[in-house]
Amino acid sequence: MTALGDIIEKGQRVAAHRPWPRAIVDAEGWESAAFLAADGRCTLLGLWGEANAAHMALAAQDPLEIAIVSLTCPDGAFPSVGRHHPPAIRLERAIRDLFGLVPQGAVDMRPWLDHGRWGKRHPLGTARADAGVGDAYGFLPVEGESLHQIPVGPVHAGIIEPGHFRFTANGETVVRLEERLGYAHKGIEGLMAGAELVRAAKLAGRASGDSTVAYGVAFAQAIEAALDVTAPPRAQWLRVLMIELERLANHLGDIGAICNDASFAIMLAHCGILRERVLRAADAVFGHRLMRDRVVPGGVAADLKDDGIAAIRSLVAEIRARFPTLVQLYDRTTSLQDRTVATGRLSAALARQFGAGGFVGRASGRNFDARKLAGPLPYGALDFETVTRDEGDVNARVWVRIDEVTQSLELVEQILERLPDGATQVALPDADGDREGMALIEGFRGDVLVWLRVGADGRIARCHLRDPSWFQWPLLEAVIEGNIVADFPLCNKSFNCSYSGHDL
Amino acid sequence: MNKLLLQSLVLPPVTEPAPAPDEAALAELAANVNAAARRKLGRSLSIREVDAGSCNGCELEIHALNNAFYDLERFGLRFVSSPRHADVLLVTGPLTANMRQALERTFRATPDPKWVVAVGDCAVDGGLFAGSYACAGGIAAAVPVDLHIRGCPPSPTQLLKGLLALLQQ
Repeated sequence: MTALGDIIEKGQRVAAHRPWPRAIVDAEGWESAAFLAADGRCTLLGLWGEANAAHMALAAQDPLEIAIVSLTCPDGAFPSVGRHHPPAIRLERAIRDLFGLVPQGAVDMRPWLDHGRWGKRHPLGTARADAGVGDAYGFLPVEGESLHQIPVGPVHAGIIEPGHFRFTANGETVVRLEERLGYAHKGIEGLMAGAELVRAAKLAGRASGDSTVAYGVAFAQAIEAALDVTAPPRAQWLRVLMIELERLANHLGDIGAICNDASFAIMLAHCGILRERVLRAADAVFGHRLMRDRVVPGGVAADLKDDGIAAIRSLVAEIRARFPTLVQLYDRTTSLQDRTVATGRLSAALARQFGAGGFVGRASGRNFDARKLAGPLPYGALDFETVTRDEGDVNARVWVRIDEVTQSLELVEQILERLPDGATQVALPDADGDREGMALIEGFRGDVLVWLRVGADGRIARCHLRDPSWFQWPLLEAVIEGNIVADFPLCNKSFNCSYSGHDL
Repeated sequence: MNKLLLQSLVLPPVTEPAPAPDEAALAELAANVNAAARRKLGRSLSIREVDAGSCNGCELEIHALNNAFYDLERFGLRFVSSPRHADVLLVTGPLTANMRQALERTFRATPDPKWVVAVGDCAVDGGLFAGSYACAGGIAAAVPVDLHIRGCPPSPTQLLKGLLALLQQ
């Protein structure tokens, strides 16, 4: 029996939870689970609340095992996980803001998503009215000689999402960055509660615009798990096709944008052309440039015709023809390499501790890719290897993305060759009571987690969406330390964390 | 790199012909924009983009306006880094409560004459996020809006049509 399995075994299993086990544990079990994350035997996948309970998703490696432990909180409090395991700190602050559950013994009791502007406190728990005039926020104190602060945002100089960065610098060198997020908080989880599945799927697809397919698939797969139904094979293959096209578009755009942040604009111009080609192909084939709302619970809302297959093949051919020249340009331009190599280095230990997903983790040697998990998506039938690097700098993150472009092209070709015929949607059965499901989908940025409960009325009772950025934003604060202020855009873009997906 | 640069010089651009201005946007604009002020600015507008809590979908398509296909700057439209340099605020999102003050301050920092263009379905009335405790339900709740460009997100072509309407009416 593994340590995680042991905790689940001692708890009270929730029968209607799929595909991974969930158990309600006592405070002792909760603490043991927190220690598993803290001592590195498990990766913290998520930590979220509801009105009277807290949930923690964990993954153990070798053998891979995923489970959820839940703690009922009749007194409105739960033992802090963050005091043992720092990656949980911001998640706990968000739980307290939204539900009013207090993480006992927490090291940081400042609000996170709640800026005092909602007109109420704890909107998803026992809400109480509030003037909504805004709270003062206490940034961490900084002491030392010759330090100055640079406040940036929430309105940034570029076309970027809103967030605040507080730099403390000694001359040009950043000695500390502190982020303040929450500006894009739309209350998506509040809107989810009581929503019909069609509306809820649309909300999930708008958590983070660049990952609309990944969120769509994660939500649909969690619904299908909850209702114990599987989308038809053709739908599963089309989902993978859309996920990989989304990855291609984002990687191509970002590789160009990172170089542009080192004022190497020609890469942006050429990568921008390739990105636009992907979006146009997606529009022609699936009817929307970002493929938004094309994945629905039960299947997909778009099918692939012969001319669509031809369009995607010619897209693949064009990227294959043009991309290698750009990679060579990136690799052989020493002035550009001077900016990206050894800049913003993320240690393997931090990447592992935070369970950093996507290219952020893989560029620091963390060999995790949710596409390798067993599940209904046909990745198991496709031939690909997870790309990793060990250097952990901006250059390594660029290279992981370059290699993933090539990999996605190969995956797209394999899918087109083997796409099965048949239906693209299956009717969803009615829920005959509370049904719970969870899904973990590898979007371009990393693993998107969706956990939800469908009520007997067929509506969403609770849905939690966890963006990979939750475990990447804190690492950005770590990698910028000791770098110069002018390298922050490079570091930031090489992470490209989502604001909206994080703030919800 | 030399080969790539040489090709850039001799090959024709990928930029596409400009779309016709959007009729509906033109009509809305006729009611909202002061003709004299527009003459003063001529065919040159500086745009400051403000994300008031969007999902980032609109930003992706606004970014695309700068790519070689749409090449926004050929129309005299350009994005600037500060509201103090801007004639137009291009605002996205359902206006989250947490972004309201920042948007109001950005608006006040923009010199007159100025216009506000609300981009995306949720910028109109909150869209799918209408009714949330955390959203004001559209940009007009905080600042006067002169033009709406709908879509979720609007495509670069739709954005171009709306912005050209701003110039050509």
